[in-house]
Amino acid sequence: MANVFPKWVNTIPIKVIIAIVLVKTAVVLGVSYYATPKYTRVGYTPTQPVAFSHALHAGQLEIDCRYCHTYVDRSEHSNVPGSNVCMTCHSMVRKDDPMLAPVRESYESGEPIPWVRVHKTPDYVYFNHSVHVNRGISCVECHGRVDEMVVVEHAKSFSMSFCLECHRNPEEYIRPTEEVYNLDWERPTGADAEAEFEGFVHDWKVNPPQSCSGCHR
Amino acid sequence: MRIFLAIYLFVIIGAMGVLGFRGSISTKPPLEVFPDMDRQARYKPQAENEFFADGRNDRPVPAGTVARGNYFNQQEVFSKDFEDTILGDTTFLEGKNADGSFVKKLPIEVSYELIEQGKEKYDIFCAVCHGAAGDGNGVTKPYGVLAANYHDERLRNETDGYLFDVITNGKGLMLPFNDRITPEERWAIVLYVRALQKSQNPEAEAGI
Repeated sequence: MANVFPKWVNTIPIKVIIAIVLVKTAVVLGVSYYATPKYTRVGYTPTQPVAFSHALHAGQLEIDCRYCHTYVDRSEHSNVPGSNVCMTCHSMVRKDDPMLAPVRESYESGEPIPWVRVHKTPDYVYFNHSVHVNRGISCVECHGRVDEMVVVEHAKSFSMSFCLECHRNPEEYIRPTEEVYNLDWERPTGADAEAEFEGFVHDWKVNPPQSCSGCHR
Repeated sequence: MRIFLAIYLFVIIGAMGVLGFRGSISTKPPLEVFPDMDRQARYKPQAENEFFADGRNDRPVPAGTVARGNYFNQQEVFSKDFEDTILGDTTFLEGKNADGSFVKKLPIEVSYELIEQGKEKYDIFCAVCHGAAGDGNGVTKPYGVLAANYHDERLRNETDGYLFDVITNGKGLMLPFNDRITPEERWAIVLYVRALQKSQNPEAEAGI
């Protein structure tokens, strides 16, 4: 009896195996690359109702973060300023600029400016701003170099591993409290500096929770 | 097999072309891959709330009430002669005596910590316009902000209560700061401003 199957059929199993391996590899690599906050959140740069530049206000003019985000060191929530805060200067500076028309309207009517929120933790995460900034964790650790951003973008991933990275090694991120709002502070290196940072962790009784209930309370 | 490999590469390149790379700038809200309980129906600060007609979650202070802890609108709610024994005294909260005149000296105890606190708050809120030395040369001056120089004869002779009142309610072009600086911090700033004045006019201020 002649061969029912031609010879090339012999290569089908190996070809199928190669195809499965290739597809699986692509799916695994694709999911691990894309299905993470490092891809989904980082780079989110919404268009805001007013073209407010942190690079100008916080970077060039060196206005302290707390001039506008006043309650960051006293509250869980770091507040977005009301338009009265803008008007403290802008009642004099660029007071007829059409770019600032929404701010003036908001100040007169009392209706808030519909700023678009950039950084959102999921609702099952408890995060308290004041406890971080008051113990030497700078804004820059989570928000990046906001003082260099013309339009605010989501700079860090805010994934759980991102939080835990610091909660496990606070001495690698902690800094003197007077440098918390200085975003371009350069972290000193060397044994002395490391001892100092470990001293901060010890002296300020920094004990970041690593248990589930620390953040998912 | 060739056809398969061609499709395989085409799909990968196509997917990467659509999805891009990590960290690329996007104006679209972040995709939540497993949005299980990411957004819960609860009240959060400065958030939207469809329940109220104005859509605001943070409610304005109802008429005729004073919020505990901040006293922002205390003067609007209580009459001048109301003797406040619960919220605090008018000397501390308004810098005025019972008869409405400004208090001469700080009504709280002066300490080194208080002046440190005053410096911190001064550098945040005041130095922007009034300058780190209090001479009215802040970073906003080139942009057209006119700020007082604390080393003027007039301001050196004003009472502490007057300086407190200016921070609280503003004056002229300066807007009020009572929503951002607590009464105690305002007194700390007054103390620090006094120290700045003394630093520039050591002899003239011998009496204070």
